[in-house]
Amino acid sequence: MTDLPRTPPRFSATFTPAVNAEIRRAAASGIYDIRGGGTKRHLPHFDDLLFLGASISRYPLEGYREKCATDVWLGTRYAKKPIHLDIPITIAGMSFGALSGPAKEALGRGATAAGTSTTTGDGGMTEEERGHSKTLVYQYLPSRYGMNPDDLRRADAIEVVVGQGAKPGGGGMLLGQKISDRVAQMRNLPKGIDQRSACRHPDWTGPDDLEIKIHELREITDWEKPIYVKVGGARPYYDTALAVKAGADVVVVDGMQGGTAATQDVFIEHVGMPILACIPQAVKALQDLGMHRKVQLIVSGGIRSGADVAKALALGADAVAIGTAALIALGDNDPKWEEEYQKLGTTADAYDDWHEGRDPAGITTQDPELYKRFDPILGGRRLKNYLKVMTLEAQTIARACGKSHLHNLEPEDLVSLTIEAAAMAGVPVAGTNWIPGRNGGW
Amino acid sequence: MQTFDLGKEGLRALNSALHALKGQTNMTDWEVINPKGAHAIAAGVDAPVDITVRGSTGYYCAGMNKQATIRIKGSAGPGVAENMMSGTVIIDGDASQYAGATGRGGLLVIKGNASSRCGISMKGIDIVVHGNIGHMSAFMAQSGNLVVLGNAGEALGDSLYEARLFVRGTVKSLGADCIEKEMRDEHYAILEDLLRRGEADHKARPEEFRRYGSARKLYNFNIDNASSY
Repeated sequence: MTDLPRTPPRFSATFTPAVNAEIRRAAASGIYDIRGGGTKRHLPHFDDLLFLGASISRYPLEGYREKCATDVWLGTRYAKKPIHLDIPITIAGMSFGALSGPAKEALGRGATAAGTSTTTGDGGMTEEERGHSKTLVYQYLPSRYGMNPDDLRRADAIEVVVGQGAKPGGGGMLLGQKISDRVAQMRNLPKGIDQRSACRHPDWTGPDDLEIKIHELREITDWEKPIYVKVGGARPYYDTALAVKAGADVVVVDGMQGGTAATQDVFIEHVGMPILACIPQAVKALQDLGMHRKVQLIVSGGIRSGADVAKALALGADAVAIGTAALIALGDNDPKWEEEYQKLGTTADAYDDWHEGRDPAGITTQDPELYKRFDPILGGRRLKNYLKVMTLEAQTIARACGKSHLHNLEPEDLVSLTIEAAAMAGVPVAGTNWIPGRNGGW
Repeated sequence: MQTFDLGKEGLRALNSALHALKGQTNMTDWEVINPKGAHAIAAGVDAPVDITVRGSTGYYCAGMNKQATIRIKGSAGPGVAENMMSGTVIIDGDASQYAGATGRGGLLVIKGNASSRCGISMKGIDIVVHGNIGHMSAFMAQSGNLVVLGNAGEALGDSLYEARLFVRGTVKSLGADCIEKEMRDEHYAILEDLLRRGEADHKARPEEFRRYGSARKLYNFNIDNASSY
């Protein structure tokens, strides 16, 4: 009997050990899983696209000798003072509260040294980031924490946040561990509460109201500041069109790979669309309205390298924004803290409990003992280096495609490795002229 | 007095002129005529001046006001005095939705009724409403005082933080985590002051009000409170 071969244990593809572990965790704790970061699932992404490069029918530019420009104007539609950046890679909104003061300072230092902008978040504007950011975008969020006309006027642009890619339709979340005295004071909240910001703006509803709200913000700031409208990647064609109709100078579309300081894992993983699916729809909306390049498009969510930047621009974006990648450049999830990650029950490159405020790298925390580990000058230098490398990478690709400016990259420079990515990006499957969905409806 | 004809000179010219006032001028008395429901009238003013708007206004009149005293001799559209920082806004008529939304300071007086979401997400502003307020008022209100001489609609003070709500009439229903609380001497003092400054002391006495505030049960997440969310 015992000598008979046995069927080996077989794990379910549906009820995997990870799924079962989450069921047990939920049953034991009674709380949904909250974490930071963006989606961790595999998605069609920029990795599924390739550039063709020049050949007989295209003429490349000489690396290091022939100019490939990288600058970008943002806010040229209505603003008296549009923004001019040296590189089309901006730093996305991340709050003081979610991040430590020194981390915000480092983002400002790095962005400024690289010739780009940084962005506030759901906690108001701090002196650290205003002081160290040559170009600072001030977010106008449903919570309105710290909102005031003086900061609106000393910002270089205003970003009306309707949603973000990690949680389209969701509001902010900052749990009690991170509501320190300073954070509580800035947000006018009791210390230590679990703070959940509203998901809708308190004083406007729908695109017609948004138009009036943008008009008010322009009046308060005497029509000087570019006004961005940021949406999560849900219905990018319609959201982009409505933002343009409402008077936006710049539309920001954030795909589901975009990170958050904290929200429910179920939200991060199951709501929204990958950025690859969002860009062509947003570009089409702009083109249909005759506003492509007149209203600028910034895209974000999973941008990691100069190749990603080049691909986003080739699909029609004017600029990209990075958040998670910037934090990693600063030192987040660095293996040098592995011993401490292990104590937290995780490991480097997988640490995502940013809401708990115990970040060994001192970045996503309000604990003075932790954030004093983080050197904002060194962090800023690392971010500058990273931004410069991304820019050089994007230029390398653009020159190979014969482009004298990153914005001259175009969809015709791209092919796709997969049918899914080809359909989403609107470029042909490599080796074919087949774009799934084309000629068969958008 | 500076009289500004909005119908002739336009909103941009008005707000530019008001923004140019930096508290270093004797031009402290302004009158705006022919507002005709325009949006963002006197938004972003930052000077200790008196502005009287003769007629009704559209959205966001007196938005983000600092220091100025703004009187609306008519009714106000949505978001009047939104995010006000300081100063005073007095409306002779009614106010539409979101009156005083996210206001951080100053005093908003509505002599008529206020619509829904009055004082939504208020962060330190004081609001005195002589009439009634609509549903979902003081939603997520963080701090400041909302005084209502009339009645309150449904779901008053839903998900309230530390704002104080005083209602003289009936409350149709309280929102999640909002409860009635005892009136103490400090609250009578607050009411006496606000009724006086809100030009309502001849209409009501502090002892006629009930106080509502946060039960603070939703401040930290607990699965057993999930039905309240």
